[in-house]
Amino acid sequence: MTPALLVATALAGLAASLAGAVTPDRLRIRVSTSLTIGACGCALIAGINILHSGHPAVVHTTALMPLSGFSLALDRFGALFVVISAVVGICALVFRLGYIGHGLGSRTASCILPLFVTTLLLVPAASNVTTFLFLWELMAITSLLLVLTDHAHRGEVQVAAQWYAVMTQLGAAALILGLVLLATRTGSQSFAVIALRSAHLPTWVRSTAFVLALVGFGSKAGAVPLHVWLPRAHPEAPGPVSALMSAAMVNLGVYGIVRVGMGLLGGGPTWWWLLVMFLGALSAMFGSLHSATSRDLKRLLAYSTTDNVGLMLLGVGASGLFASTGHRALAVVALVAALLHVVFHAVFKGSLFLSASSVQQATGSTDLDGLGGLLQRMPVSGPIFLVGGLAIAALPPFCGFVSEWLLLQSMLHGLPSSDVAIAVAMPIGVGVLALTGGLTAFTFAKAIGIGLLGLPRTDGAERATEVRRPMWVGAGLLALLCLVFGVAPFLVIPAVVDAAGVVTRFHSAGALTHGWQIGLPGVPGMLAPGLLALGLLVCTGLVALARGLVRRSPVRLTEAWGCGRELQTARMEYTATSFGEPLTRVFEDVLNPSRDIDASHIAESRYYTEAAVIHTSLEDAFERHLYRPADRGFQRWGALARRVPNGSVHRYLAFGLVALIIVLVVLA
Amino acid sequence: MNSSWSYVSIAAVSLLQVMLVLLGGPLLLGLMRKVRCRMEGRVGPPIRQPLLDLRKLAGRERTRPEHTSWVFPLAPVVLVATTLVVAAIAPLLATNPAFGWSADLFAVVFLFLLGSVSLALGALDTGTAFGGMGASRAMTIGALAEPALLVAILALSVPAHSSNLPAIITRSLAHPAWLATPQRVLALVAFVIVIIAESGRLPVDNPSTHLELTMIHEAMVLEYAGPDLALVKLAESMRLVVLLTLLADLFIPWGIATAPGPSHLAVALVATVGKVALLGVALAAFEVTVAKLRLFRVPELLAGAFVLAILAVLSALVVP
Repeated sequence: MTPALLVATALAGLAASLAGAVTPDRLRIRVSTSLTIGACGCALIAGINILHSGHPAVVHTTALMPLSGFSLALDRFGALFVVISAVVGICALVFRLGYIGHGLGSRTASCILPLFVTTLLLVPAASNVTTFLFLWELMAITSLLLVLTDHAHRGEVQVAAQWYAVMTQLGAAALILGLVLLATRTGSQSFAVIALRSAHLPTWVRSTAFVLALVGFGSKAGAVPLHVWLPRAHPEAPGPVSALMSAAMVNLGVYGIVRVGMGLLGGGPTWWWLLVMFLGALSAMFGSLHSATSRDLKRLLAYSTTDNVGLMLLGVGASGLFASTGHRALAVVALVAALLHVVFHAVFKGSLFLSASSVQQATGSTDLDGLGGLLQRMPVSGPIFLVGGLAIAALPPFCGFVSEWLLLQSMLHGLPSSDVAIAVAMPIGVGVLALTGGLTAFTFAKAIGIGLLGLPRTDGAERATEVRRPMWVGAGLLALLCLVFGVAPFLVIPAVVDAAGVVTRFHSAGALTHGWQIGLPGVPGMLAPGLLALGLLVCTGLVALARGLVRRSPVRLTEAWGCGRELQTARMEYTATSFGEPLTRVFEDVLNPSRDIDASHIAESRYYTEAAVIHTSLEDAFERHLYRPADRGFQRWGALARRVPNGSVHRYLAFGLVALIIVLVVLA
Repeated sequence: MNSSWSYVSIAAVSLLQVMLVLLGGPLLLGLMRKVRCRMEGRVGPPIRQPLLDLRKLAGRERTRPEHTSWVFPLAPVVLVATTLVVAAIAPLLATNPAFGWSADLFAVVFLFLLGSVSLALGALDTGTAFGGMGASRAMTIGALAEPALLVAILALSVPAHSSNLPAIITRSLAHPAWLATPQRVLALVAFVIVIIAESGRLPVDNPSTHLELTMIHEAMVLEYAGPDLALVKLAESMRLVVLLTLLADLFIPWGIATAPGPSHLAVALVATVGKVALLGVALAAFEVTVAKLRLFRVPELLAGAFVLAILAVLSALVVP
């Protein structure tokens, strides 16, 4: 039954793609989107079924691909990611039914989007090297084409797509090398056989394969320093696509690191996992700092994805570290925390990206410095963004709080061990987690406060109205999940524990949930998120009631205090740039802010300025110090190489002769 | 947990704690103001003055700037509610309040953060320059205080093997020698710095300033009036008293009730009030002697606290 559902997923996806290509304009979006939602539904049922029963679903056929055959085997660990992709997919596609613009309605896009969604659903099921690489590349290419949908209207789209293309192909190259190395050395393509035989491989082969996989998957996950494509591609991609990329595709990078590092290679030496933790810490700090100082809403969300991937890698690294030093039970807890963060991140980041796209459609802009006052103008999408923002800032009673708490607990309980690596890594990990936690709260206080509250700063924001129903339904479903999982995390934790048990091959971690509470086995103290939520609700109600009883008169509307000025205008408001300014100054060394003031003076006296314009910008340090020099180097090399073929036939003949002589010398 | 605690006594502890925090907060502020005034050679208002102020404010009309959304009136309510939840579940008077098993230090931190964020959102909702300025500064300081706070918590949690508050306190009562170890002292200093920053006291923020350029907290609450302002002021004082009580219980735990019964609770009440009043007087005396730091020097102070906290964790591993 479950294998049939996997086949149905693939077939429905292909049918949707075909429908997108051939159906008439009027029906195109509706037909292809419904079929894609059908594919997500099949995958969702299959995934839940496997998570529940634990029996892997296997599909194998040699008809599609010669030699290796097309082979899918979905276990609990993969099923978790399939379920995440399916849920995000359904919500993003429902959203798409109401979404206009960005060229997503075109024939090409309608043909490609279903393929992209289908690969998101099938990549975690791939069970041999060729199938995996085929699906992985299909995912990369389809997502690249979807980023490009609006290229005709905006120049930045092409630049963003170039960055994405280069980074994703670099990652793919590393991945192919790593997996092919494993396949040739173990003599089999099948993941199951590689996992059995990899323990006997020489250490250098294992380590090389792991580092190559880390680079490949890290570039897809958006880990620093391979993150540069994220803040460029996400703002340019159409809304539902950026939600799918940030909430579903990025997860697969984390999936790959865990699958290869723990599944195929069965864990490894301490330094692998310290490397993963280091990358995680770097990504978390760098991402949160940049998202705290970004003024474009989608760029902010993209950097925050890097930040959250950093937290997931921190958990994965801690898990590997515990496993490599023999703390099996803690390894499971840390991995559960990381995977739980994957689940919750998908939920809140999906709702944030979708509602940010609603804002973009309603106001025509994602520049926070031009938004404001949207909570009253968009009575449904506004609260959805608010919920997502509070959830990502790890505030109770929403879901981000639960996964961060568990991550903190796993690090805390690792500390008393005698291992030096752990003793040094864990406090720093907690420090990083805390700093990113604080910065995330800052970021989303800014995004919500500047974007949704206060006075509208432009005409676009002034005229904004609520978006069409499918859009807020899609985003709202995810926001609802933020609250449900935050109050009742026991709905997902057992499934995540089972999924983590598959890769760590260790099942007796003890239950993490006891009814409504979560806690670590054998440790006093637990967390009861449902209870906290109830307490907050009751106290809020009581306080509001008390305030109402004390003074029953209606609330009088007044003017805000403006230092005696008569009229309050939006020009007096703080903007996102000014909100982030103190932080920019504190972290000046990392952020490298540049500012440029153009002042024109009046003719009579240089002491009076007529007009002044200030330009401020923040450039990504890695882009500036790593990628720009590399780019310049390649350009120079290219220029040099271009000098060799100058169009002269004589020279080409000489090349031919020299090459022939060299070949003869080598052969002789 | 201890089976000798009946549901009635557990509920009584929580109720008593909430009452203590509600009443004790304004009184503590009054006491601190009195101490300050006396040290500066003034008579000062009576200690119950903050309570009288609250009553006066509660009787006034509610106002709300135009353009604000539902966030503005909701923010002070959420702020008070988060503090109430902490006051109910944290072991302030006894090691076993209602739901004490869920009184996790990290959870307490995130509850306080929820209150801070909601107040910042309320400030931004007014759409004035002051609201934005106060929110931006308060969130910056909050973000930078977070690492020092959580790592200091980690230092306290390592020997107890738990971040559960009752577990930490019970453990330190059982091992009094452990209180004088280097990691406790380092963590204590980090904690004190963070508490000063979080509750907006000198030298980080001046609670009695009304000079626009130096305001942090006051700039955020400029638009609140009447009962709403009363809630904000109440929450501010409640936070201070909760933080100081936690400090007292974590570092000088003697006197906290470990067994049920009115006599134990009475002792705990006296001990806690005494300890917190002492801490408040010390804080007020300290405030007289320092000037407010420049805003951009505050991160250095907090970075110092973070380093102390990291040292505390490392020494906790060396000296178990």
